[in-house]
Amino acid sequence: MTHATVAGAHGHAPPQGFLRKHVFSLDHKVIGKQYLDLALVAVCTGMVLSWLMRFHLAWPETPIPGLAKLSPNGAAGGVITPEYYLSLMTMHGTIMVFFVLTTAPFAGFGNYFLPIQVGAEDMAFPRINMMSFWVTLVAFLVLISAFVVGDGPPLSGWTAYAPLSAVGKDAGPGQGVGQTLWAVSITLFCVAQLLGALNFVTTTLDLRTKGMSLARMPYSTWAWFITSVIGLIAFAVLMPACILLILDRVAGTSFFIPAGLVISDRLQPHAGGSPLLWQHLFWFFGHPEVYIAILPGFGIISHILPVFARKPLLGPRVLIACLIAIAFLSYTVWGHHMFLSGMNPFSATLFSVPTLVITIPATIVTLLWIGTIYGARLRFTTPALFCLGFVSVFVSGGISGFFLAQPSIDTYLHGTYFVVGHFHFVMGVAAMFGIFAATYFWAPKMFGRMMNETLGKWHFWLTFIGVYCVFMPMHYLGLAGNVRRYSAFTDDYLKPLIPLHRFITIAALCTGAAQLIFLFNLIRSRFRGPQAPDNPWEATSLEWSTTSPPPFDNFGGRPPVVERGPNEYGIASGARGMDYAMQAAAAPVSAR
Amino acid sequence: MTGAPVTTAASPPAQPPAPPTPAAPPVVEQPRPRPSETGVWIAIAAISMTFAALTSAMVVRGSAAADWRHFRLPPILYLNTAVLLASSAVLEAGRRRVAGHLVWVTLGLGLVFVAGQIVAWRQLAAQGLFLATSPSSAFFYVFTALHGLHLLGGLGGLGYVLRRFDAAGPAPVPALGAAALYWHFMDVLWLCVLVLLVLRV
Repeated sequence: MTHATVAGAHGHAPPQGFLRKHVFSLDHKVIGKQYLDLALVAVCTGMVLSWLMRFHLAWPETPIPGLAKLSPNGAAGGVITPEYYLSLMTMHGTIMVFFVLTTAPFAGFGNYFLPIQVGAEDMAFPRINMMSFWVTLVAFLVLISAFVVGDGPPLSGWTAYAPLSAVGKDAGPGQGVGQTLWAVSITLFCVAQLLGALNFVTTTLDLRTKGMSLARMPYSTWAWFITSVIGLIAFAVLMPACILLILDRVAGTSFFIPAGLVISDRLQPHAGGSPLLWQHLFWFFGHPEVYIAILPGFGIISHILPVFARKPLLGPRVLIACLIAIAFLSYTVWGHHMFLSGMNPFSATLFSVPTLVITIPATIVTLLWIGTIYGARLRFTTPALFCLGFVSVFVSGGISGFFLAQPSIDTYLHGTYFVVGHFHFVMGVAAMFGIFAATYFWAPKMFGRMMNETLGKWHFWLTFIGVYCVFMPMHYLGLAGNVRRYSAFTDDYLKPLIPLHRFITIAALCTGAAQLIFLFNLIRSRFRGPQAPDNPWEATSLEWSTTSPPPFDNFGGRPPVVERGPNEYGIASGARGMDYAMQAAAAPVSAR
Repeated sequence: MTGAPVTTAASPPAQPPAPPTPAAPPVVEQPRPRPSETGVWIAIAAISMTFAALTSAMVVRGSAAADWRHFRLPPILYLNTAVLLASSAVLEAGRRRVAGHLVWVTLGLGLVFVAGQIVAWRQLAAQGLFLATSPSSAFFYVFTALHGLHLLGGLGGLGYVLRRFDAAGPAPVPALGAAALYWHFMDVLWLCVLVLLVLRV
């Protein structure tokens, strides 16, 4: 393995010092790993917050040891107040959606593998790429600082609905400094992701190696490419919306605050704004954001499944057409989050139709995966199991989406746990399974070490069963009328449901504990795992033609020449009796 | 980069025929795509989306309540517009001739434009029209400030090009092209903003 002395066509020479190499690095691989490490910190934070919430829901009177130290006002004596519960919920949602589900599958794995998969030495603009990560990190720190600054974290939800989010500290604890920090953090995050998406699109369009036509790109690359196009448009709308929100909060403007608004017995000194405007702007971003979180998962599953099915993916062109269709349609459905917002009921119908239409390409993609494994001699490795788990939870969560797409049914279910179960399955857990599949699949390439399969399978089965125990009963709770966002269920009609809540809480704590297996496996194999060969899974795409881990410029100074698509599995004509054919026939970096 | 037919599992790998380029003259302009220019086009798409979102917000907010206050735009804005258009023309000439001194002139005119915008703000403030006075003035400040920030980014790009001019080596033709493209877009964007402000404010 030569960490070659290549500067050549590469925009920058290999760095020497520790800081330039591992911290302020321009290398897309280091930046990708930094994104993934950030997501790991964020997901642990978000998960602990969800444990606190679940514990409080099941045992609202029982104090949580140590919590009073973190928040003397929000949890005096360790018991969470209703306001602090909302703060925890807000921070959980914001951290998970922005800093985990966007950061890990898209910015993290995309950064690491998109350039390698198209045969490039780096991203098109390495400096912008580095800036994108550091701005994301600052955004995360700004958000987290809300825990210790002022009155605590904001409580208006990850959607930050105006006017609650716009009026300042009259609206409750955390709505002063905390909510401003939230808005600043999200503005920064938008800037960072716009810079990142700019790099992804340009790299895909301009830096493909010889022979890598668009039709030969791996499906994960396609998904990252389409996701970055979605992100360019979505974050470009959320950013000005957040700027207007900040102005409402600190400069006295009235974009989102209506006239005559009285909060906490105080008439707000604003006039004429439109709270609905915030919802439109937010959800115009917010719904595409769901696809920013899940489409990389689609790509990862489509990339990994054929490897372990040892069969070509069924209908690759149909898959790409469906991904593009989803991207287009994702901009026509935002109003289905607003059926209850007081907008014109006719527009609810208008938004309901594309919401149902978008299920068609999503269903086709699912059928393509099932068709791919149909009749295959599946290799049941950990990444393969997580792919199958992804399909399962995505279908489970998707089906409840059919119900919610109907305005008349949504009117009843929108404020209940049915919605909580739905989006945690289809967006949260499904995307997480995509992240896990990608981690187990690509860890050998990223760290040059194999992860432990036995621990991986334990992790999969405990997580798989666990998430069903957590989120499936929530659908039942919702049908039974259990409202969401409440911090305790003391009403008579909700009391019979408390045992079920306790079951969910115990399941959530156990599922969370099972993630320690993953953490242990990840950290241990990063340093102690067995050496990974260049192509441990017998896959075709370009990242497997180079060493594990790849050299600084990815291919040791010899860019690969691509001769075929990524889908050549289960063929008889492979070289040396292999049942697959690499995209670049001659490995440019000699295998060790 | 594109055009090669996709080989299927059955077909043998395509034999790329040697490209018939012996008669070609020494390379005048690299045919391979220029990432910097692509990047600017993508940035243009995203920035357009940002301003489209603000425009729709302006329309919605304007009809949400009867507190929209009309006011006369400061006349200096039209002078600023002329300065900006002139800077673009100079830069275009500079791009065609690959002339660094014309880029300097553009940089100067860009700074004059920014200064002119600040003067416009001060004139409005002197009339008692501040950010929070009325939704119309709020949108005026937001639009002009956001355009100004993007324009400052363009000035940074021009500065980068000038640094490359000073350095040894060939003239930074692709970077100059990308910077010029972005600068022209700033023109177009400003004209759109100005028309919008004239119509609504």
